[in-house]
Amino acid sequence: MNSFKKNLLKKRYNAERRFQWYGKIAIGLALSFLAVFMFQIFSKGYSAFQKTWIVTEVHYDKELLLIDAESPSKDDLENADYYDVAYKAMTSLDPGLPEEEDRQLIQMVSYKYETEVKDLLLKNPDFLGKIVPIKLTASDDVDQVHKGNYPRDIPEKNRRVNDYQLQIYDMLNERGDILSEFNISFFTSPDSREAELAGIASSFMGTVFSILVCLAFSFPIAVLAAIYLEEFAPKNKFTDFIEVNINNLAAVPSIVFGLLGLGVLLAVFNLPRSTPLVGGITLSLMTLPTIIIAARASLKAVPPSIREAALAMGASNMQTTMHHTVPLSMPGTLSGTIIGLAQALGETAPLILIGMVAFVNTIPGTPVDPAASLPVQIYIWSESAERGFVEKVSACIMVLLAFLILMNLAAQIVRHKFEKKWS
Amino acid sequence: MNLILVTFIILLAFTSYYFGRKKALVIQSSQRLTALPKFYGYYLAAWCAAPALIIFALWSVFEPSIVKTFILQDYTDQNLTKNELQLIYTKVKALAAGTYTGNITNFLDESANKYIQLKGIANSAKVAIILAILIFSLSFAYRSVQKNDRMREPVEIFLKWVLFVASLGAVLVTIGIVFSLLFEAIRFFQAVKIFDFIFGTHWYPAKTFVRDGQPDPELMKDAFGAVPLFAGTFFIAFIAMCVAIPIGLLSGIYLSEYAGRGVRKYAKPIIEILAGIPTVVYGFFAALTVGPFVKEIGNAMGLEVSAESALAAGAVMGVMIIPFISSLSDDVITAVPQNLRDGSYAMGATKSETVKKVIFPAALPGIVGSILLAVSRAVGETMIVVMASGLAANLTMNPLESTSTITAQIVVILIGDQQFGDPKTQSAFALGISLFIVTLFLNVIALSVVKKYREKYE
Repeated sequence: MNSFKKNLLKKRYNAERRFQWYGKIAIGLALSFLAVFMFQIFSKGYSAFQKTWIVTEVHYDKELLLIDAESPSKDDLENADYYDVAYKAMTSLDPGLPEEEDRQLIQMVSYKYETEVKDLLLKNPDFLGKIVPIKLTASDDVDQVHKGNYPRDIPEKNRRVNDYQLQIYDMLNERGDILSEFNISFFTSPDSREAELAGIASSFMGTVFSILVCLAFSFPIAVLAAIYLEEFAPKNKFTDFIEVNINNLAAVPSIVFGLLGLGVLLAVFNLPRSTPLVGGITLSLMTLPTIIIAARASLKAVPPSIREAALAMGASNMQTTMHHTVPLSMPGTLSGTIIGLAQALGETAPLILIGMVAFVNTIPGTPVDPAASLPVQIYIWSESAERGFVEKVSACIMVLLAFLILMNLAAQIVRHKFEKKWS
Repeated sequence: MNLILVTFIILLAFTSYYFGRKKALVIQSSQRLTALPKFYGYYLAAWCAAPALIIFALWSVFEPSIVKTFILQDYTDQNLTKNELQLIYTKVKALAAGTYTGNITNFLDESANKYIQLKGIANSAKVAIILAILIFSLSFAYRSVQKNDRMREPVEIFLKWVLFVASLGAVLVTIGIVFSLLFEAIRFFQAVKIFDFIFGTHWYPAKTFVRDGQPDPELMKDAFGAVPLFAGTFFIAFIAMCVAIPIGLLSGIYLSEYAGRGVRKYAKPIIEILAGIPTVVYGFFAALTVGPFVKEIGNAMGLEVSAESALAAGAVMGVMIIPFISSLSDDVITAVPQNLRDGSYAMGATKSETVKKVIFPAALPGIVGSILLAVSRAVGETMIVVMASGLAANLTMNPLESTSTITAQIVVILIGDQQFGDPKTQSAFALGISLFIVTLFLNVIALSVVKKYREKYE
């Protein structure tokens, strides 16, 4: 072999190796995007699962509470005036502070601290007249300082926590009066304008309701449509038209469905705005084609021998389909349905258009109560300027991703456990 | 009231099912049955529920508009516009429901009384008609049960119709989309010339907003030019494609031609996770991490970068689209027949030469189809742009500036309370229909390309 050929061969082999490396790099890039992404979300969000409390002492003084009765009833406690008691509980942290500066101390706890003081007494009526320790929700800024998310070395005027508050914080921290506990209220309380009080309960319930409504509307219609198209539809122009329609519908951008929901469900049918009912119906229109396509695929996968056997035994077409083909196709259909619902779960834009972006600070009990949904909650919080919401958004994303992973796992399990392997 | 009626119909259907089956067992003692006893039950139940429910649905759809025409008849001589009439009707309804808080005029009061009266008549008429239909259809069905007619066929034909109607659901959704978009868009184009919309270069709908009054037509002319939005949409999609096509295509080729079974088994589903992440999460990521990162790098190089740049949104969108291209092109490449590869190897070509010169050209139509699908996906993507690329519609080709897209503007316009009848609100529907047409066009082309490709190798 002469040197020219040798060189050429070498060149070609090098090109081969280079090409392989391109492929590896591409896959590596895709995977590293995912890794960076996950890392970002987790490193920012894990701290939201911790809640910071400030421990202080509260004196349930009967006089300050304006309670006259000797042995006050529940109503008396309910209607008592907690302002002074709560105020004293906070200002007692630094008795030397002049009265006009007291806002600085009050600002270290959430604005709902008065309610917290009240709730403790309502829970333990025998605290009346006693001095007891109490845990108060730390304000968003103190919370962020405690978690180390807030830089302390920038100039005071650019900081939301001033030097005095930091000093008090350090003192409390040294005494062990700053507690960090698992943040249950993140899961049990509705949205709030204050980051330290905001939770995902309302949006979570909104999501659950929308998904249930979506399932209730899309699943029956989609399965029936798939059965018709796969088993009964005559081969004609109209059937082709329906099929083309479904394929195109699957690729329509989700926001167009939002416009449909707005223009038809809200404007024509006058359904209640901002509710999971409308959201669920809008999402169901979106999932309809996905489920139809999955159900058709799994009906197609049932071997013809099953149908032929049933027909040979004298079953009618309808009986063959309903008794044999459809039950055998169910695992595939169900897993397709779950995947379709998982897609619907992550949708944001159509829900924004039908008004599920409204601020809701109650937990919805029915599908016709106003609600947000988890993805919309992510959007709402990420538009908010407060630093405390950044970790809330990340935590909310974690919850959403966990939800999605669970659903996809369920789809996998349904498919692998119940699906019959033919051949 | 409606709920009671529907529950009644459904309960009656269930009872008639059991009744029909019982009847079949009675018939069985004297003559041969034509079908299984349960079909007798189904037959009765279907005749009971279907006509009554259909009438009920039609009634519920048409009743409000009929009542409305009756009420508004009293106002026809006052030369009111459509919006004013609508307002009056809303007031009348609120007054009738007892939730009205404004001034009650005699005229309104009269109308509200009329409304209540009409509603009452309508309700009793509805109940009477539905009861009559129930009695009629049940007695008809019962007669044929008694005669022991064929029972299975009618039931199956009925079921087939149910299936057919369900399959119309998808068509209905499409019709709904087209009509709801067209309806508002046409009204928009009555206010703004379609020419100004398609060729105008200024998009600034906020400036047409005038409280309690008609917006100035001169302003309108210059506020709804959609060119910056079309340009922005395709520009961001282009940036996304610059990220997604090389990475997606190369990883698709690697997965289908080079990767061992183990790598393929794990890498493919992991990459597909990227497609399963909700777009709002990408939006947050783009706004919070990628945007500032791009800005920092740009500033370090001495460039002017806005914090909400088209580049950040496009790049993140590209990452989202990688799995579409990689999975689709993987499928397409795997579908290329083995004998093409074997032929190439037999000529002494290396693997990469085979890929580049034989497999890629053979798979090209399929790959183009998958890229078109990905483009349509990018064009329709909303949340990433809303959160990461700003909302001001700049006509720019600088990836470091912020641009806006069709989808983002729809969200901006419709977030919060909307007023129907306002050109600004209607413009969102006009944008929606242009988006719908663009994506439909891309999809139809992509699907037909892919279909042709499949036919070639099957």
